[in-house]
Amino acid sequence: MNKIEVTDLTKIFGSHPKQGLKSLKNGEQKADILKKTGMTVGVNQTSFSVQAGEIFVIMGLSGSGKSTLIRLVNRLIEPTDGEILIDGEDITKMDKNTLIETRRKKLAMVFQQFGLLPHRTVLTNVAYGLEIQGVDKAEREKKALKSIEDVGLKGYEASYPNQLSGGMQQRVGLARALANDSDILLMDEAFSALDPLIRKEMQDELLDLQNKLGKTILFITHDLDEALKLGDRIAIMKDGEIVQVGTAEEILENPANEYVSNFVKDVDRSKVLEASHVMKKPGVLLSYKDGPRMAVRKMEEAGVSSIFVVDKENNFKGLLTIDDAIKAYKENIPMEDVLLDTVHFASPTTPLNDLIGIAAETKYPIVVVEDGKLKGIISRVSILSGLVLGKEKDEVVSS
Amino acid sequence: MNYFYFPLEDWTNHFVNEWLLPVMSGFFNSISTVLRAFIEGVTNLLVVVPPEIIMILLVLLSWKIAGKGLALFTLIGCIFIGSVNLWEAAMQTVSIVLVSTFLSILIGVPLGILSATNKVIERMMRPILDFMQTLPSFVYLIPAILLFGLGGVPAVIATFVFATPPAVRMTNLGIRQVPSDVVEASRAFGSTSRQLLLKVQLPLALPTIMAGVNQTMMLALSMAVIASMIGAPGLGSTVLSGISRVNVGLGLTGGLAIVVLAIILDRITQGLAKKA
Repeated sequence: MNKIEVTDLTKIFGSHPKQGLKSLKNGEQKADILKKTGMTVGVNQTSFSVQAGEIFVIMGLSGSGKSTLIRLVNRLIEPTDGEILIDGEDITKMDKNTLIETRRKKLAMVFQQFGLLPHRTVLTNVAYGLEIQGVDKAEREKKALKSIEDVGLKGYEASYPNQLSGGMQQRVGLARALANDSDILLMDEAFSALDPLIRKEMQDELLDLQNKLGKTILFITHDLDEALKLGDRIAIMKDGEIVQVGTAEEILENPANEYVSNFVKDVDRSKVLEASHVMKKPGVLLSYKDGPRMAVRKMEEAGVSSIFVVDKENNFKGLLTIDDAIKAYKENIPMEDVLLDTVHFASPTTPLNDLIGIAAETKYPIVVVEDGKLKGIISRVSILSGLVLGKEKDEVVSS
Repeated sequence: MNYFYFPLEDWTNHFVNEWLLPVMSGFFNSISTVLRAFIEGVTNLLVVVPPEIIMILLVLLSWKIAGKGLALFTLIGCIFIGSVNLWEAAMQTVSIVLVSTFLSILIGVPLGILSATNKVIERMMRPILDFMQTLPSFVYLIPAILLFGLGGVPAVIATFVFATPPAVRMTNLGIRQVPSDVVEASRAFGSTSRQLLLKVQLPLALPTIMAGVNQTMMLALSMAVIASMIGAPGLGSTVLSGISRVNVGLGLTGGLAIVVLAIILDRITQGLAKKA
């Protein structure tokens, strides 16, 4: 089910937004409208939907309209046109009281600059959302304490925001959003103001919390690595429009246009790619039944010095080098006895990051197996090219 | 430059004498009555209570709010005022200051809140405040006499006009200075405008508002002295009679008593602003 469904959402800043909207619908460009009328198109006829329980990341550079977009979702900024369904109800058509009620019950928000109340303690900051709903003191403090504990700030209830570090302040911000118990979390560059180590820590904790709580999260960031790490799906935004929506892999492997591909060019692929993305089908395979003689011939034909051996069901049996094959043939040793089983294994979902070290040490390709069956092999070369180019086409590998 | 004669003077006099006074006198009289009762109440309270008790209360208040130094100064200052025979005059001045500061805050702070939340009101308020602050105070002492007679009431009215602008301006400023991310966060969690004002904006603006109150009180004190020219009782009239009798000694003692009052009132309200 879609928790948030945005259709044709437009925001134009300026004196005559309706007129600008008409121009936009006539296909005029954002830049032309700015030149002609002086009005800025913040968000341009954007549509997307966020499913229950997913982390949907909107990524874009500054000025791309992403912060405007997230504020349109809870109407901190009034949309010019379009509809935003929250649990099926259009927030753009709500009257003031319904809007306030929706913000209280359904939409909690975390801000880049934290937005904590400096005159209140951590506890009363976290309880603020419940306080304005009229929840009585004992109950709201109980809930607040619970979420303070969830974000790992137990013991700091009585501190004031200015006594805490940036990372801790954002934990307070997160706790405040969690205390409200709303299904949807809007996170506006929530970790962007934090230094890299703390940011990583917060990202990991958010993922942990998400595993436990299963919120629907709309996350805004300008950091592609963050988007790739957190997002179940990612929308890339440029000039007020969403240019591509997809999973991290979809975006890395099939960029919709040059803008996206330029964007993802420098990404640290090792964190995103998995073994299955860079593995190849081995060029030659030896069936278990074939015998050493056949093995030597196959290797000669392919011009390789080792060959992978599988049984009829494609179960991986081992690696046979040319030297061992010749030895087995000459001395008439059963092939099982000369198979090397000292190769390294990986599962299709092993992150590439974990394979780099192994690949550097081992002489032979890494074998990708799933339930005992050979899925593919990964050579040092394919890891490197995977890091540079992304997923490889299947091709013959010589080892 | 006199291409034509602009009879502003005649018009104003006509307006005041022919319309304002006869038609509105009932209205002004009732304001006058209420205010007079208020001022007299405060003055009587301050005069009837033995000076020693007021002094002790003031010293304790100074101690609590601004520390030992001010407490000591307050003690010496009160003894000084008493020993130059100006205690009653000082209390009359203080009561005019207190009443007009009270009125200024009562009217000024809500106006400041309105202008912080409403652009149109802010745009209307600004020239009015400029006018109130720059118009020479003697100019509105004249209509104050006409409308409210002589004595404490016109003094409070003139003081109110003079001292209200900082209360409005500083309240406006204080609320506008509340960081926008805090306001945004509060709105995002579903605060009503009222909750936003009471739980976020006013508490965060309080130090600035208190600085405005401090300014208001200082302006009120200076005006309460000038208002002695329209018959306001108090230290101002002491100084005024010093001037008219060319009595340098009387002028100096009255003047020093005013300075002492000013310092005590200023430090106490400043201390409040810092604590807010």
